[in-house]
Amino acid sequence: MAHHQLVIIGGGPAGLAAATTAANAGVECLLIDEQASPGGQVYRAITDIPPQRAKLLGPDYQYGRMLVEDFNASKAIHQPSTTVWSLDAQREIGILHNNQAALLRADRVIIATGAMERPVPFAGWTLPGVMTAGAGQILLKSAGIVPNNGVVVAGSGPLLLLLAWQYMHAGVTINAIVDLSPKRNFWTALPHLPRALLAYHYLIKGLKYQLELKKAGVPFYSGVADLCALGKESIEAVEFTHNGGRKRIETPLLMSHFGVIPDSHLSRSTGCHHYWSPSQLCWRATIDPWSNSSIEGIAVIGDSAGIGGAVAARHAGRLAGLESAHLLGCIGSKERDEKAHQDRRWLAEDLHVRPFLEALFRPAPNLLAEPENDTLICRCEEITAGTIRQAIEDGHRDPNQIKFLTRCGMGPCQGRQCDNAISQLVAHELGNDIEKNEGYRIRPPIRPLTIEQLADLHEAGEAK
Amino acid sequence: MPSSFRRLDEPGRQWIQVQIDGQTVRVAAGETVAAAILASGIQSCRTTPLSGQPRAPFCMMGVCFECLMEVDGTPNRQTCQIPVKEGMQIRRQLGRGRGYI
Ligand SMILES: Cc1cc2nc3c(=O)[nH]c(=O)nc-3n(C[C@H](O)[C@H](O)[C@H](O)COP(=O)(O)OP(=O)(O)OC[C@H]3O[C@@H](n4cnc5c(N)ncnc54)[C@H](O)[C@@H]3O)c2cc1C
Ligand code: FES
Repeated sequence: MAHHQLVIIGGGPAGLAAATTAANAGVECLLIDEQASPGGQVYRAITDIPPQRAKLLGPDYQYGRMLVEDFNASKAIHQPSTTVWSLDAQREIGILHNNQAALLRADRVIIATGAMERPVPFAGWTLPGVMTAGAGQILLKSAGIVPNNGVVVAGSGPLLLLLAWQYMHAGVTINAIVDLSPKRNFWTALPHLPRALLAYHYLIKGLKYQLELKKAGVPFYSGVADLCALGKESIEAVEFTHNGGRKRIETPLLMSHFGVIPDSHLSRSTGCHHYWSPSQLCWRATIDPWSNSSIEGIAVIGDSAGIGGAVAARHAGRLAGLESAHLLGCIGSKERDEKAHQDRRWLAEDLHVRPFLEALFRPAPNLLAEPENDTLICRCEEITAGTIRQAIEDGHRDPNQIKFLTRCGMGPCQGRQCDNAISQLVAHELGNDIEKNEGYRIRPPIRPLTIEQLADLHEAGEAK
Repeated sequence: MPSSFRRLDEPGRQWIQVQIDGQTVRVAAGETVAAAILASGIQSCRTTPLSGQPRAPFCMMGVCFECLMEVDGTPNRQTCQIPVKEGMQIRRQLGRGRGYI
Protein backbone atom coordinates (compact mmCIF):
# COMPACT_ATOMS: atom_id res chain seq x y z
CA MET A 1 0.00 0.00 0.00
CA ALA A 2 1.32 3.43 -0.94
CA HIS A 3 2.38 5.39 2.13
CA HIS A 4 2.87 9.12 2.68
CA GLN A 5 4.03 11.22 5.56
CA LEU A 6 1.18 13.65 5.13
CA VAL A 7 -1.98 13.45 3.04
CA ILE A 8 -4.15 16.53 2.65
CA ILE A 9 -7.70 16.10 1.39
CA GLY A 10 -9.06 19.16 -0.44
CA GLY A 11 -7.35 21.73 -2.69
CA GLY A 12 -8.99 24.97 -1.58
CA PRO A 13 -7.14 27.77 0.24
CA ALA A 14 -6.95 25.69 3.45
CA GLY A 15 -5.51 22.57 1.82
CA LEU A 16 -3.19 24.45 -0.54
CA ALA A 17 -1.73 26.55 2.29
CA ALA A 18 -1.28 23.49 4.52
CA ALA A 19 0.45 21.52 1.76
CA THR A 20 2.73 24.38 0.74
CA THR A 21 3.76 25.13 4.33
CA ALA A 22 4.36 21.50 5.26
CA ALA A 23 6.26 20.73 2.05
CA ASN A 24 8.44 23.82 2.44
CA ALA A 25 9.28 22.64 5.96
CA GLY A 26 10.49 19.32 4.54
CA VAL A 27 7.43 17.09 4.87
CA GLU A 28 6.71 14.63 2.07
CA CYS A 29 3.09 15.35 1.25
CA LEU A 30 0.32 14.51 -1.16
CA LEU A 31 -2.70 16.73 -1.81
CA ILE A 32 -5.77 14.91 -3.08
CA ASP A 33 -8.57 16.92 -4.63
CA GLU A 34 -11.75 16.05 -6.42
CA GLN A 35 -11.48 18.99 -8.81
CA ALA A 36 -9.41 18.87 -11.98
CA SER A 37 -7.40 21.96 -10.99
CA PRO A 38 -6.45 23.51 -7.64
CA GLY A 39 -8.41 26.34 -6.00
CA GLY A 40 -11.32 24.82 -4.11
CA GLN A 41 -14.76 26.44 -4.20
CA VAL A 42 -13.64 30.02 -3.87
CA TYR A 43 -10.85 29.93 -6.47
CA ARG A 44 -12.43 27.25 -8.68
CA ALA A 45 -10.82 27.02 -12.14
CA ILE A 46 -8.36 29.82 -11.29
CA THR A 47 -5.53 28.29 -13.32
CA ASP A 48 -7.38 27.90 -16.59
CA ILE A 49 -10.00 30.64 -16.56
CA PRO A 50 -10.17 33.02 -19.57
CA PRO A 51 -9.06 36.54 -18.46
CA GLN A 52 -12.36 38.16 -19.45
CA ARG A 53 -14.30 35.80 -17.17
CA ALA A 54 -11.81 36.18 -14.32
CA LYS A 55 -12.40 39.94 -14.41
CA LEU A 56 -16.12 39.46 -13.90
CA LEU A 57 -15.46 37.57 -10.69
CA GLY A 58 -13.75 40.47 -8.95
CA PRO A 59 -10.30 41.09 -7.39
CA ASP A 60 -10.70 38.65 -4.46
CA TYR A 61 -10.91 35.78 -6.91
CA GLN A 62 -7.61 36.68 -8.56
CA TYR A 63 -5.80 36.26 -5.25
CA GLY A 64 -6.16 32.51 -5.64
CA ARG A 65 -3.54 32.55 -8.37
CA MET A 66 -0.77 33.41 -5.91
CA LEU A 67 -1.85 30.65 -3.60
CA VAL A 68 -1.68 28.13 -6.43
CA GLU A 69 1.69 29.44 -7.65
CA ASP A 70 3.18 28.98 -4.17
CA PHE A 71 1.74 25.48 -4.05
CA ASN A 72 3.13 24.61 -7.49
CA ALA A 73 6.55 25.92 -6.48
CA SER A 74 6.60 23.61 -3.43
CA LYS A 75 7.48 19.92 -3.46
CA ALA A 76 3.96 18.86 -2.52
CA ILE A 77 2.47 16.35 -4.96
CA HIS A 78 -0.90 17.20 -6.49
CA GLN A 79 -3.37 14.43 -7.24
CA PRO A 80 -6.38 16.08 -8.92
CA SER A 81 -9.64 14.52 -10.13
CA THR A 82 -9.48 12.10 -7.23
CA THR A 83 -12.21 11.52 -4.66
CA VAL A 84 -11.65 10.32 -1.13
CA TRP A 85 -14.44 7.90 -0.21
CA SER A 86 -13.16 6.67 3.13
CA LEU A 87 -10.80 7.56 5.94
CA ASP A 88 -10.51 5.63 9.16
CA ALA A 89 -8.90 6.31 12.52
CA GLN A 90 -5.80 4.35 11.43
CA ARG A 91 -5.47 6.82 8.55
CA GLU A 92 -6.16 4.34 5.79
CA ILE A 93 -7.57 6.35 2.90
CA GLY A 94 -9.84 5.05 0.15
CA ILE A 95 -9.57 6.98 -3.12
CA LEU A 96 -11.22 6.83 -6.52
CA HIS A 97 -9.41 8.07 -9.62
CA ASN A 98 -10.35 7.33 -13.22
CA ASN A 99 -12.93 4.80 -12.07
CA GLN A 100 -10.23 2.92 -10.18
CA ALA A 101 -10.52 2.55 -6.40
CA ALA A 102 -7.36 2.25 -4.31
CA LEU A 103 -6.15 2.42 -0.72
CA LEU A 104 -3.26 4.35 0.75
CA ARG A 105 -1.97 5.20 4.17
CA ALA A 106 -0.46 8.26 5.86
CA ASP A 107 1.30 9.17 9.10
CA ARG A 108 -0.88 12.25 9.30
CA VAL A 109 -4.02 13.39 7.49
CA ILE A 110 -5.41 16.89 7.15
CA ILE A 111 -9.08 17.13 6.16
CA ALA A 112 -9.72 20.31 4.15
CA THR A 113 -12.91 19.40 2.33
CA GLY A 114 -14.44 22.87 2.65
CA ALA A 115 -18.07 23.81 2.78
CA MET A 116 -21.35 23.11 1.03
CA GLU A 117 -24.40 25.29 0.88
CA ARG A 118 -26.88 24.88 3.73
CA PRO A 119 -29.75 22.82 2.31
CA VAL A 120 -33.07 24.44 3.27
CA PRO A 121 -36.19 22.63 2.14
CA PHE A 122 -38.99 24.87 0.88
CA ALA A 123 -42.03 24.22 -1.29
CA GLY A 124 -40.92 23.58 -4.86
CA TRP A 125 -37.18 23.34 -4.16
CA THR A 126 -36.91 20.15 -6.22
CA LEU A 127 -38.30 21.67 -9.43
CA PRO A 128 -35.92 21.90 -12.39
CA GLY A 129 -34.83 25.54 -12.64
CA VAL A 130 -34.37 25.82 -8.88
CA MET A 131 -30.68 25.66 -8.03
CA THR A 132 -28.35 26.94 -5.37
CA ALA A 133 -26.51 30.23 -5.77
CA GLY A 134 -23.27 28.26 -5.44
CA ALA A 135 -24.34 26.18 -8.44
CA GLY A 136 -24.86 29.39 -10.40
CA GLN A 137 -21.44 30.55 -9.38
CA ILE A 138 -19.80 27.27 -10.34
CA LEU A 139 -21.42 27.47 -13.79
CA LEU A 140 -20.04 30.97 -14.17
CA LYS A 141 -16.54 30.27 -12.84
CA SER A 142 -15.86 26.94 -14.48
CA ALA A 143 -17.85 27.20 -17.71
CA GLY A 144 -18.81 30.84 -18.34
CA ILE A 145 -22.48 29.84 -18.32
CA VAL A 146 -25.07 32.36 -17.07
CA PRO A 147 -28.87 32.72 -16.94
CA ASN A 148 -30.30 33.59 -20.34
CA ASN A 149 -33.79 34.87 -19.55
CA GLY A 150 -33.49 36.29 -16.09
CA VAL A 151 -33.10 34.83 -12.64
CA VAL A 152 -34.40 35.42 -9.12
CA VAL A 153 -31.81 35.08 -6.37
CA ALA A 154 -33.29 34.42 -2.94
CA GLY A 155 -32.16 33.63 0.58
CA SER A 156 -29.54 35.14 2.80
CA GLY A 157 -25.78 35.42 3.08
CA PRO A 158 -22.83 37.16 1.46
CA LEU A 159 -22.56 34.68 -1.41
CA LEU A 160 -26.05 35.64 -2.60
CA LEU A 161 -25.07 39.27 -3.05
CA LEU A 162 -21.73 38.34 -4.57
CA LEU A 163 -23.42 36.17 -7.20
CA ALA A 164 -25.95 38.91 -8.03
CA TRP A 165 -23.13 41.41 -8.38
CA GLN A 166 -21.13 39.08 -10.64
CA TYR A 167 -24.24 38.39 -12.73
CA MET A 168 -24.89 42.10 -13.09
CA HIS A 169 -21.40 42.58 -14.50
CA ALA A 170 -21.93 39.67 -16.88
CA GLY A 171 -25.05 41.38 -18.25
CA VAL A 172 -27.55 38.95 -16.73
CA THR A 173 -31.09 40.19 -16.04
CA ILE A 174 -31.82 39.82 -12.34
CA ASN A 175 -35.60 39.68 -11.93
CA ALA A 176 -35.33 40.20 -8.17
CA ILE A 177 -33.12 39.82 -5.13
CA VAL A 178 -35.26 38.34 -2.38
CA ASP A 179 -33.75 38.66 1.09
CA LEU A 180 -35.08 36.08 3.51
CA SER A 181 -33.06 37.12 6.56
CA PRO A 182 -35.55 38.25 9.20
CA LYS A 183 -35.48 42.02 9.76
CA ARG A 184 -34.93 41.56 13.49
CA ASN A 185 -31.53 39.99 12.68
CA PHE A 186 -30.20 43.51 12.39
CA TRP A 187 -30.81 44.08 16.10
CA THR A 188 -29.34 40.79 17.22
CA ALA A 189 -26.32 41.44 15.04
CA LEU A 190 -25.79 45.00 16.28
CA PRO A 191 -23.92 44.13 19.49
CA HIS A 192 -21.34 42.31 17.30
CA LEU A 193 -20.82 45.31 15.06
CA PRO A 194 -18.00 47.03 16.99
CA ARG A 195 -15.90 43.86 16.81
CA ALA A 196 -16.81 43.35 13.14
CA LEU A 197 -15.54 46.84 12.38
CA LEU A 198 -12.05 45.51 13.08
CA ALA A 199 -12.46 43.64 9.79
CA TYR A 200 -14.38 46.49 8.17
CA HIS A 201 -13.28 45.71 4.60
CA TYR A 202 -15.80 42.86 4.54
CA LEU A 203 -18.60 45.20 5.51
CA ILE A 204 -17.59 47.79 2.94
CA LYS A 205 -17.56 45.14 0.24
CA GLY A 206 -21.08 44.02 1.14
CA LEU A 207 -22.38 47.58 1.09
CA LYS A 208 -20.68 48.26 -2.22
CA TYR A 209 -22.35 45.25 -3.85
CA GLN A 210 -25.71 46.30 -2.49
CA LEU A 211 -25.39 49.92 -3.60
CA GLU A 212 -24.23 49.01 -7.08
CA LEU A 213 -27.07 46.53 -7.53
CA LYS A 214 -29.64 49.05 -6.31
CA LYS A 215 -28.18 51.72 -8.55
CA ALA A 216 -28.52 49.39 -11.51
CA GLY A 217 -32.23 49.17 -10.71
CA VAL A 218 -32.33 45.54 -9.58
CA PRO A 219 -35.57 45.04 -7.57
CA PHE A 220 -34.84 44.25 -3.90
CA TYR A 221 -37.33 42.66 -1.51
CA SER A 222 -36.24 42.43 2.10
CA GLY A 223 -37.83 40.95 5.19
CA VAL A 224 -39.39 38.26 3.05
CA ALA A 225 -40.93 34.97 4.31
CA ASP A 226 -42.69 31.86 2.97
CA LEU A 227 -40.74 31.50 -0.26
CA CYS A 228 -42.02 28.90 -2.69
CA ALA A 229 -41.23 27.89 -6.24
CA LEU A 230 -44.19 27.15 -8.51
CA GLY A 231 -44.34 25.21 -11.74
CA LYS A 232 -45.13 21.82 -13.26
CA GLU A 233 -42.27 20.41 -15.30
CA SER A 234 -39.96 23.22 -14.20
CA ILE A 235 -40.17 26.46 -12.26
CA GLU A 236 -42.44 29.15 -13.69
CA ALA A 237 -42.66 31.63 -10.81
CA VAL A 238 -41.69 32.33 -7.23
CA GLU A 239 -44.10 33.50 -4.57
CA PHE A 240 -43.34 35.00 -1.18
CA THR A 241 -44.78 37.13 1.61
CA HIS A 242 -43.60 40.74 1.58
CA ASN A 243 -45.00 43.67 3.55
CA GLY A 244 -47.96 41.59 4.62
CA GLY A 245 -49.04 40.55 1.10
CA ARG A 246 -48.18 37.72 -1.31
CA LYS A 247 -45.96 38.67 -4.21
CA ARG A 248 -45.53 36.59 -7.37
CA ILE A 249 -42.66 36.96 -9.83
CA GLU A 250 -42.46 34.97 -13.07
CA THR A 251 -39.01 33.49 -13.60
CA PRO A 252 -37.42 30.56 -15.44
CA LEU A 253 -34.70 30.26 -12.76
CA LEU A 254 -34.41 30.59 -9.00
CA MET A 255 -31.05 30.49 -7.28
CA SER A 256 -31.43 30.10 -3.55
CA HIS A 257 -28.83 30.35 -0.85
CA PHE A 258 -28.93 30.17 2.94
CA GLY A 259 -25.27 30.38 3.87
CA VAL A 260 -22.71 27.59 3.92
CA ILE A 261 -22.01 24.79 6.40
CA PRO A 262 -18.99 22.49 6.74
CA ASP A 263 -18.85 19.54 4.38
CA SER A 264 -18.42 17.29 7.40
CA HIS A 265 -19.22 13.87 5.95
CA LEU A 266 -15.59 12.81 5.78
CA SER A 267 -14.61 14.07 9.24
CA ARG A 268 -17.76 12.60 10.79
CA SER A 269 -17.15 9.23 9.15
CA THR A 270 -13.80 8.93 10.94
CA GLY A 271 -15.61 9.03 14.26
CA CYS A 272 -13.77 12.09 15.58
CA HIS A 273 -15.76 14.24 17.99
CA HIS A 274 -18.23 16.81 16.60
CA TYR A 275 -20.60 19.25 18.27
CA TRP A 276 -23.63 21.25 17.14
CA SER A 277 -22.77 24.91 16.71
CA PRO A 278 -25.73 27.06 17.75
CA SER A 279 -24.35 30.15 15.99
CA GLN A 280 -23.48 28.46 12.66
CA LEU A 281 -26.36 25.96 12.92
CA CYS A 282 -24.32 22.96 11.80
CA TRP A 283 -22.12 20.10 13.04
CA ARG A 284 -18.51 21.12 13.61
CA ALA A 285 -15.47 19.00 14.40
CA THR A 286 -13.99 19.64 17.84
CA ILE A 287 -10.44 20.87 17.21
CA ASP A 288 -7.56 22.35 19.21
CA PRO A 289 -5.76 25.61 18.27
CA TRP A 290 -3.63 23.65 15.75
CA SER A 291 -6.75 22.12 14.22
CA ASN A 292 -6.01 18.63 15.58
CA SER A 293 -9.20 16.59 15.91
CA SER A 294 -9.99 14.20 18.75
CA ILE A 295 -8.36 11.39 16.70
CA GLU A 296 -4.58 11.17 16.82
CA GLY A 297 -3.01 12.12 13.49
CA ILE A 298 -6.12 13.66 11.90
CA ALA A 299 -6.60 17.42 11.66
CA VAL A 300 -9.64 19.29 10.25
CA ILE A 301 -9.06 22.76 8.80
CA GLY A 302 -10.69 25.58 6.89
CA ASP A 303 -14.40 25.67 6.21
CA SER A 304 -14.70 21.92 6.78
CA ALA A 305 -14.06 22.63 10.47
CA GLY A 306 -16.42 25.61 10.70
CA ILE A 307 -17.23 28.52 8.43
CA GLY A 308 -14.54 31.21 8.46
CA GLY A 309 -14.15 32.03 4.77
CA ALA A 310 -11.24 31.90 2.37
CA VAL A 311 -8.74 34.08 4.25
CA ALA A 312 -9.25 32.31 7.57
CA ALA A 313 -8.99 28.98 5.75
CA ARG A 314 -5.58 29.95 4.38
CA HIS A 315 -4.22 30.93 7.81
CA ALA A 316 -5.62 27.82 9.48
CA GLY A 317 -3.99 25.82 6.67
CA ARG A 318 -0.57 27.32 7.36
CA LEU A 319 -0.90 26.64 11.07
CA ALA A 320 -1.86 23.02 10.45
CA GLY A 321 1.02 22.66 7.98
CA LEU A 322 3.47 23.88 10.62
CA GLU A 323 1.98 21.59 13.26
CA SER A 324 2.32 18.59 10.93
CA ALA A 325 5.92 19.52 10.16
CA HIS A 326 6.57 19.67 13.88
CA LEU A 327 4.85 16.40 14.77
CA LEU A 328 6.59 14.64 11.88
CA GLY A 329 9.94 15.75 13.24
CA CYS A 330 10.87 18.29 10.54
CA ILE A 331 10.83 21.40 12.76
CA GLY A 332 11.05 21.99 16.51
CA SER A 333 8.27 23.49 18.59
CA LYS A 334 10.10 26.81 18.86
CA GLU A 335 10.35 27.20 15.10
CA ARG A 336 6.70 26.15 14.72
CA ASP A 337 5.55 28.73 17.24
CA GLU A 338 7.64 31.51 15.75
CA LYS A 339 6.42 30.85 12.25
CA ALA A 340 2.85 30.52 13.46
CA HIS A 341 2.81 33.85 15.24
CA GLN A 342 1.72 36.07 12.33
CA ASP A 343 -0.86 33.64 10.96
CA ARG A 344 -2.42 33.22 14.37
CA ARG A 345 -2.81 36.98 14.67
CA TRP A 346 -4.20 37.37 11.15
CA LEU A 347 -6.56 34.46 11.69
CA ALA A 348 -7.97 36.04 14.84
CA GLU A 349 -8.31 39.41 13.11
CA ASP A 350 -10.10 37.91 10.14
CA LEU A 351 -12.56 36.03 12.33
CA HIS A 352 -13.73 39.23 14.07
CA VAL A 353 -16.39 39.72 11.42
CA ARG A 354 -17.94 36.26 11.82
CA PRO A 355 -20.28 36.72 14.84
CA PHE A 356 -21.80 39.76 13.12
CA LEU A 357 -22.29 37.96 9.80
CA GLU A 358 -23.65 34.85 11.51
CA ALA A 359 -26.26 36.89 13.37
CA LEU A 360 -27.12 39.12 10.41
CA PHE A 361 -27.64 36.28 7.94
CA ARG A 362 -29.08 33.71 10.33
CA PRO A 363 -31.95 31.98 8.52
CA ALA A 364 -35.37 32.40 10.14
CA PRO A 365 -35.91 29.65 12.74
CA ASN A 366 -39.22 28.54 11.22
CA LEU A 367 -37.57 28.17 7.81
CA LEU A 368 -35.25 25.54 9.26
CA ALA A 369 -37.42 23.80 11.82
CA GLU A 370 -40.99 24.14 10.61
CA PRO A 371 -41.28 23.12 6.96
CA GLU A 372 -44.84 22.55 5.67
CA ASN A 373 -46.03 18.96 5.91
CA ASP A 374 -45.99 18.42 2.14
CA THR A 375 -42.49 19.87 1.60
CA LEU A 376 -39.94 17.24 0.58
CA ILE A 377 -37.17 16.96 3.18
CA CYS A 378 -35.33 14.05 1.56
CA ARG A 379 -34.99 14.88 -2.12
CA CYS A 380 -33.64 11.44 -3.03
CA GLU A 381 -36.24 9.20 -1.37
CA GLU A 382 -39.02 11.79 -1.65
CA ILE A 383 -39.85 11.89 2.06
CA THR A 384 -42.00 14.80 3.23
CA ALA A 385 -41.86 16.72 6.49
CA GLY A 386 -45.28 15.25 7.27
CA THR A 387 -43.93 11.67 7.11
CA ILE A 388 -41.12 12.62 9.46
CA ARG A 389 -43.51 14.31 11.88
CA GLN A 390 -45.61 11.13 11.84
CA ALA A 391 -42.52 9.04 12.65
CA ILE A 392 -41.76 11.33 15.59
CA GLU A 393 -45.34 11.10 16.77
CA ASP A 394 -45.06 7.31 16.58
CA GLY A 395 -42.30 7.53 19.15
CA HIS A 396 -39.12 7.62 17.05
CA ARG A 397 -36.74 9.92 18.78
CA ASP A 398 -33.60 10.47 16.76
CA PRO A 399 -32.57 11.05 13.15
CA ASN A 400 -30.99 7.61 12.83
CA GLN A 401 -34.15 5.81 13.91
CA ILE A 402 -36.20 7.94 11.55
CA LYS A 403 -33.78 7.14 8.77
CA PHE A 404 -34.26 3.39 9.18
CA LEU A 405 -38.00 3.75 9.45
CA THR A 406 -38.70 6.15 6.59
CA ARG A 407 -35.59 5.77 4.34
CA CYS A 408 -35.04 9.51 4.75
CA GLY A 409 -31.33 10.07 4.08
CA MET A 410 -30.76 6.65 2.48
CA GLY A 411 -30.69 7.80 -1.14
CA PRO A 412 -27.67 8.53 -3.34
CA CYS A 413 -26.79 11.81 -1.58
CA GLN A 414 -26.38 9.80 1.63
CA GLY A 415 -28.25 12.35 3.69
CA ARG A 416 -26.18 15.38 2.73
CA GLN A 417 -29.28 17.34 1.74
CA CYS A 418 -31.56 16.36 4.66
CA ASP A 419 -29.12 15.84 7.52
CA ASN A 420 -29.29 19.35 8.98
CA ALA A 421 -32.99 19.76 8.29
CA ILE A 422 -33.78 16.50 10.10
CA SER A 423 -31.68 17.45 13.12
CA GLN A 424 -33.50 20.75 13.41
CA LEU A 425 -36.96 19.39 12.69
CA VAL A 426 -36.62 16.61 15.29
CA ALA A 427 -35.26 18.96 17.97
CA HIS A 428 -38.07 21.40 17.27
CA GLU A 429 -40.79 18.75 17.42
CA LEU A 430 -39.43 17.26 20.64
CA GLY A 431 -38.57 20.65 22.10
CA ASN A 432 -35.08 19.50 23.03
CA ASP A 433 -31.43 20.09 22.31
CA ILE A 434 -30.13 19.10 18.85
CA GLU A 435 -26.95 17.76 20.38
CA LYS A 436 -28.94 15.22 22.41
CA ASN A 437 -30.48 13.68 19.32
CA GLU A 438 -27.21 13.11 17.42
CA GLY A 439 -26.98 13.68 13.67
CA TYR A 440 -26.96 10.90 11.10
CA ARG A 441 -24.17 8.42 11.74
CA ILE A 442 -21.98 8.69 8.65
CA ARG A 443 -20.35 5.51 7.39
CA PRO A 444 -17.97 4.92 4.51
CA PRO A 445 -18.02 4.90 1.58
CA ILE A 446 -18.91 8.59 1.82
CA ARG A 447 -19.01 8.82 -1.97
CA PRO A 448 -20.74 6.25 -4.15
CA LEU A 449 -18.70 3.34 -5.38
CA THR A 450 -19.91 0.67 -7.74
CA ILE A 451 -19.59 -2.96 -6.82
CA GLU A 452 -17.18 -3.35 -9.75
CA GLN A 453 -14.96 -0.58 -8.43
CA LEU A 454 -14.88 -2.14 -5.00
CA ALA A 455 -14.18 -5.60 -6.40
CA ASP A 456 -11.27 -4.15 -8.38
CA LEU A 457 -9.91 -2.38 -5.32
CA HIS A 458 -6.19 -2.60 -5.16
CA GLU A 459 -3.58 -1.28 -2.84
CA ALA A 460 -2.36 1.46 -5.06
CA GLY A 461 1.19 1.73 -6.08
CA GLU A 462 0.43 3.92 -9.07
CA ALA A 463 -1.88 6.20 -7.12
CA LYS A 464 1.30 7.70 -5.78
CA MET B 1 -38.99 27.31 -25.02
CA PRO B 2 -35.75 29.33 -25.02
CA SER B 3 -32.88 27.93 -22.98
CA SER B 4 -32.64 29.21 -19.39
CA PHE B 5 -28.86 29.44 -19.70
CA ARG B 6 -26.37 30.75 -22.22
CA ARG B 7 -22.61 30.63 -22.65
CA LEU B 8 -20.83 33.97 -22.37
CA ASP B 9 -19.28 35.11 -25.62
CA GLU B 10 -15.65 34.31 -24.94
CA PRO B 11 -12.92 34.24 -27.54
CA GLY B 12 -11.10 30.95 -27.95
CA ARG B 13 -13.81 28.55 -26.82
CA GLN B 14 -13.22 25.09 -28.26
CA TRP B 15 -16.24 23.11 -29.36
CA ILE B 16 -16.83 19.38 -29.42
CA GLN B 17 -19.77 17.14 -30.28
CA VAL B 18 -21.62 14.80 -27.97
CA GLN B 19 -24.81 12.77 -28.30
CA ILE B 20 -27.63 13.69 -25.95
CA ASP B 21 -30.48 11.16 -26.12
CA GLY B 22 -29.29 10.25 -29.60
CA GLN B 23 -29.10 13.82 -30.91
CA THR B 24 -25.80 15.41 -31.87
CA VAL B 25 -25.18 18.53 -29.81
CA ARG B 26 -22.29 20.99 -29.96
CA VAL B 27 -20.93 21.73 -26.48
CA ALA B 28 -17.90 23.60 -25.13
CA ALA B 29 -14.78 21.60 -24.31
CA GLY B 30 -13.87 21.64 -20.64
CA GLU B 31 -17.36 22.04 -19.24
CA THR B 32 -19.02 19.28 -17.24
CA VAL B 33 -21.81 17.14 -18.65
CA ALA B 34 -24.30 18.82 -16.28
CA ALA B 35 -23.18 22.27 -17.44
CA ALA B 36 -23.47 21.19 -21.09
CA ILE B 37 -26.99 19.88 -20.49
CA LEU B 38 -28.11 23.16 -18.92
CA ALA B 39 -26.48 25.29 -21.61
CA SER B 40 -28.14 23.15 -24.29
CA GLY B 41 -31.58 24.06 -22.96
CA ILE B 42 -32.38 20.63 -21.55
CA GLN B 43 -34.53 21.21 -18.51
CA SER B 44 -34.39 17.99 -16.62
CA CYS B 45 -31.67 15.37 -16.63
CA ARG B 46 -33.62 12.56 -15.00
CA THR B 47 -36.86 11.49 -13.38
CA THR B 48 -37.04 10.09 -9.87
CA PRO B 49 -37.39 6.32 -9.41
CA LEU B 50 -40.28 6.67 -6.98
CA SER B 51 -42.78 9.11 -8.43
CA GLY B 52 -41.22 10.03 -11.76
CA GLN B 53 -40.72 13.70 -10.90
CA PRO B 54 -38.41 15.59 -13.26
CA ARG B 55 -35.16 16.73 -11.66
CA ALA B 56 -32.19 18.83 -12.76
CA PRO B 57 -28.70 19.61 -11.45
CA PHE B 58 -29.08 21.51 -8.16
CA CYS B 59 -25.70 22.04 -6.47
CA MET B 60 -23.12 21.54 -9.26
CA MET B 61 -20.57 20.56 -6.59
CA GLY B 62 -21.23 16.89 -6.03
CA VAL B 63 -23.40 16.93 -2.90
CA CYS B 64 -27.02 16.62 -4.09
CA PHE B 65 -26.89 13.78 -6.66
CA GLU B 66 -29.69 15.32 -8.70
CA CYS B 67 -27.50 15.34 -11.82
CA LEU B 68 -27.39 11.54 -12.25
CA MET B 69 -27.49 10.47 -15.90
CA GLU B 70 -26.38 7.65 -18.13
CA VAL B 71 -22.96 8.41 -19.61
CA ASP B 72 -21.40 6.09 -22.18
CA GLY B 73 -23.71 3.29 -21.09
CA THR B 74 -23.14 3.62 -17.34
CA PRO B 75 -26.14 4.86 -15.36
CA ASN B 76 -26.03 6.94 -12.16
CA ARG B 77 -23.03 9.03 -13.19
CA GLN B 78 -22.70 12.29 -11.29
CA THR B 79 -22.61 14.53 -14.33
CA CYS B 80 -21.61 17.73 -12.52
CA GLN B 81 -18.26 16.04 -11.85
CA ILE B 82 -17.59 14.63 -15.34
CA PRO B 83 -16.08 16.72 -18.15
CA VAL B 84 -17.58 16.28 -21.61
CA LYS B 85 -15.60 14.28 -24.18
CA GLU B 86 -15.84 14.15 -27.96
CA GLY B 87 -18.45 11.58 -28.97
CA MET B 88 -19.73 11.01 -25.45
CA GLN B 89 -23.11 9.28 -25.27
CA ILE B 90 -25.29 11.04 -22.72
CA ARG B 91 -28.79 9.90 -21.84
CA ARG B 92 -31.45 11.22 -19.50
CA GLN B 93 -31.97 8.74 -16.73
CA LEU B 94 -35.57 7.70 -16.32
CA GLY B 95 -36.26 6.08 -12.97
CA ARG B 96 -33.69 3.94 -11.23
CA GLY B 97 -30.39 3.08 -12.82
CA ARG B 98 -28.10 0.33 -11.67
CA GLY B 99 -27.70 0.48 -7.87
CA TYR B 100 -24.75 1.76 -5.93
CA ILE B 101 -23.52 0.26 -2.73
C1 LIG C 1 -20.36 26.57 -4.00
C2 LIG C 1 -19.59 27.50 -3.12
C3 LIG C 1 -19.08 28.70 -3.64
C4 LIG C 1 -18.34 29.57 -2.86
N1 LIG C 1 -17.88 30.72 -3.40
C5 LIG C 1 -17.19 31.61 -2.64
C6 LIG C 1 -16.68 32.83 -3.17
O1 LIG C 1 -16.88 33.13 -4.34
N2 LIG C 1 -16.01 33.67 -2.36
C7 LIG C 1 -15.79 33.35 -1.05
O2 LIG C 1 -15.14 34.13 -0.35
N3 LIG C 1 -16.23 32.20 -0.53
C8 LIG C 1 -16.93 31.33 -1.28
N4 LIG C 1 -17.40 30.17 -0.73
C9 LIG C 1 -17.12 29.88 0.68
C10 LIG C 1 -15.92 28.93 0.74
O3 LIG C 1 -16.31 27.81 1.49
C11 LIG C 1 -14.68 29.53 1.36
O4 LIG C 1 -14.47 30.86 1.05
C12 LIG C 1 -13.39 28.77 0.95
O5 LIG C 1 -13.51 28.17 -0.31
C13 LIG C 1 -13.06 27.76 1.99
O6 LIG C 1 -11.83 27.18 1.68
P1 LIG C 1 -11.47 25.70 2.07
O7 LIG C 1 -10.08 25.47 1.63
O8 LIG C 1 -11.80 25.46 3.49
O9 LIG C 1 -12.47 24.78 1.23
P2 LIG C 1 -12.80 24.73 -0.34
O10 LIG C 1 -12.31 25.89 -1.06
O11 LIG C 1 -14.24 24.41 -0.41
O12 LIG C 1 -11.97 23.47 -0.85
C14 LIG C 1 -12.32 22.15 -0.54
C15 LIG C 1 -11.86 21.24 -1.64
O13 LIG C 1 -11.98 19.90 -1.19
C16 LIG C 1 -12.48 19.12 -2.24
N5 LIG C 1 -13.14 17.94 -1.64
C17 LIG C 1 -14.24 17.92 -0.85
N6 LIG C 1 -14.54 16.65 -0.50
C18 LIG C 1 -13.61 15.86 -1.09
C19 LIG C 1 -13.38 14.45 -1.12
N7 LIG C 1 -14.16 13.59 -0.44
N8 LIG C 1 -12.33 13.99 -1.85
C20 LIG C 1 -11.52 14.84 -2.53
N9 LIG C 1 -11.69 16.18 -2.53
C21 LIG C 1 -12.72 16.68 -1.82
C22 LIG C 1 -13.42 20.03 -2.97
O14 LIG C 1 -13.65 19.60 -4.29
C23 LIG C 1 -12.66 21.35 -2.91
O15 LIG C 1 -11.80 21.50 -4.00
C24 LIG C 1 -18.12 29.26 -1.50
C25 LIG C 1 -18.62 28.06 -0.96
C26 LIG C 1 -19.35 27.19 -1.75
C27 LIG C 1 -19.87 25.93 -1.15
S1 FES D 1 -25.63 18.74 -9.30
FE1 FES D 1 -25.52 18.20 -7.21
S2 FES D 1 -24.32 16.41 -7.31
FE2 FES D 1 -24.31 17.07 -9.34
